[in-house]
Amino acid sequence: MDIYLPIAGLSVNALVIVALGGVVGLLTGMIGVGGGFLTTPILIFFGIPPAVAVASSTTQITGTSISGVLAHTRRRGVDYRMGAVIIAGGVLGSLLGGLLFRLLQETGQIDTVIALLYVVLLTGIGVLMAKEAATALDIIKPRSAPRPHRRHNPMIAALPMRWRFYRSGLYISPLAPLALGFVTGMLTVLLGVGGGFIMVPAMIYLLGMSAQVVVGTSLLQILFVTAVTTIVHATTTRSVDIVLAGLLLLGSVVGAQYGARFAQKMKPELLRLILAITVLAVAFRMGLQLGYRPEEIYTVQML
Amino acid sequence: MRRAGAVLLALLAPLALGQAQSPPPVPAQAQAQAQAQAQAQPRLVPDVSQDQIEIRYSFSGAELLLFGAILYPGGQTPRHPPDVAVVLKGPLERIVLREKQKVAGIWMNVERVRFRSAPGFYAVASSRPLRSLVNERTAAIYELGLDNLQLSPGGGVSADVLRRFEAGLIDLRRRSGLYNEYPGGVAIRQGVLYSARIAIPARVPVGTYTAETFLISDGRVIAGAAREIRIEKLGFEGFVANAAEHWSLTYGIVCVALSLLLGWAASALFQRRYA
Repeated sequence: MDIYLPIAGLSVNALVIVALGGVVGLLTGMIGVGGGFLTTPILIFFGIPPAVAVASSTTQITGTSISGVLAHTRRRGVDYRMGAVIIAGGVLGSLLGGLLFRLLQETGQIDTVIALLYVVLLTGIGVLMAKEAATALDIIKPRSAPRPHRRHNPMIAALPMRWRFYRSGLYISPLAPLALGFVTGMLTVLLGVGGGFIMVPAMIYLLGMSAQVVVGTSLLQILFVTAVTTIVHATTTRSVDIVLAGLLLLGSVVGAQYGARFAQKMKPELLRLILAITVLAVAFRMGLQLGYRPEEIYTVQML
Repeated sequence: MRRAGAVLLALLAPLALGQAQSPPPVPAQAQAQAQAQAQAQPRLVPDVSQDQIEIRYSFSGAELLLFGAILYPGGQTPRHPPDVAVVLKGPLERIVLREKQKVAGIWMNVERVRFRSAPGFYAVASSRPLRSLVNERTAAIYELGLDNLQLSPGGGVSADVLRRFEAGLIDLRRRSGLYNEYPGGVAIRQGVLYSARIAIPARVPVGTYTAETFLISDGRVIAGAAREIRIEKLGFEGFVANAAEHWSLTYGIVCVALSLLLGWAASALFQRRYA
């Protein structure tokens, strides 16, 4: 069932895209990661132009995060004040990243930059996850006893102008979450990822936020920043393909529901290991793509 | 406007060439003879199967049939009927062509050349290979054949580099079906009716295309005719492409809204798993 993607400018098999969304949604439901970092590279492997893959994946993430935000709101698992600060940073990062994206597009380097960033990012995440999962499964032994975790990072505590974040149980400078939001906002606009895989650990280990508001607040920031980023892409790079995003969404929202049920039947560590291997495989494939002589040496850009 | 001028020129050119080769106009008698000769040239009556092609959601390409009749003066088909070449040309585009090179183990865009008038689509079909129909000069005048496209490259590049880039562009577009040559692609029936089939791939640019037909005899273009064809993105897809281009803010907001709605509807449908 071929369907024409009006912005990408090519016909794809609709079922393949829905299935891709479904698989990524399944992972989301099982493991709780957004999966944007898998959608974008796989779309690129399918021949979708990288800019369109990034922008449309961003739109899809907005849709997959809404149900989580609603659920966490009901459970009072969202720190709105902290969320507002991080979102402000995220919007700044998204706007600035949008300019950078445009600049890279004009100089013809955006595809290479996206691929390089993905190789670095996916390798990093993959190795970390594989290590963690393998340790949990007793496949490898931890080298030393885990260091006692310090609640407050001294560098962040040294920042001026402290605010009180009641639900997070913190009294810290808003500059730290602002910077964190900024970095993830940049990643969202450049790579089409929500950034939860960076946001959640950073909230726990760097900011020291109270655990019950971490996921909800992170999802809130993903919801807002991906929404803003979709609009940034729509108005600057014009690469948001509503048909592509819709097909992905169709698959992923359904996949996420089944993933959640499926997850209860499997060991979470094993799931993590599977995901880690998938992520590493995608990173490897992306790296190969950079190093091998491409099929097309020449590319045309309209003026 | 410039394209219309070029078409007009191409249409007038055979008349001018025909006159140039007639004997010098000394007496009135000779002039009349020349006029008669110009009138004695065959005429072309071209048509196309569709003068509008709409790109829809399931668009995976189309085939355009270009056909017509050759009208000979006196209705007499000559012993050696002339040949026919049909050129279908898409809108001219301003493009940047980039070339990838290996830098530090990574293939990335390095060099680039601008072209101010690269046709978004070009196909030529002829009853015999072009090389055996016309000489290089005539082929260049009428832009017959992929080697004779007037791409108007930007300055600042050496001839060698330019040749490499032009070959690269033609090769790239050839393989994606945007540029094509069909030697022997025109069938002429009984010297009178001609037809050619040209494939239109899914990724063609939208706009006004010109279909030019040339009647070629003894290496000269003796008649020409042109038709216009519109290729448009219509229906839902055309609407989306148009909205994304001209109403980008509204389009972005609609995308977000749709995404939220779908996500919310699915979670409501599957009973909130987080609750």
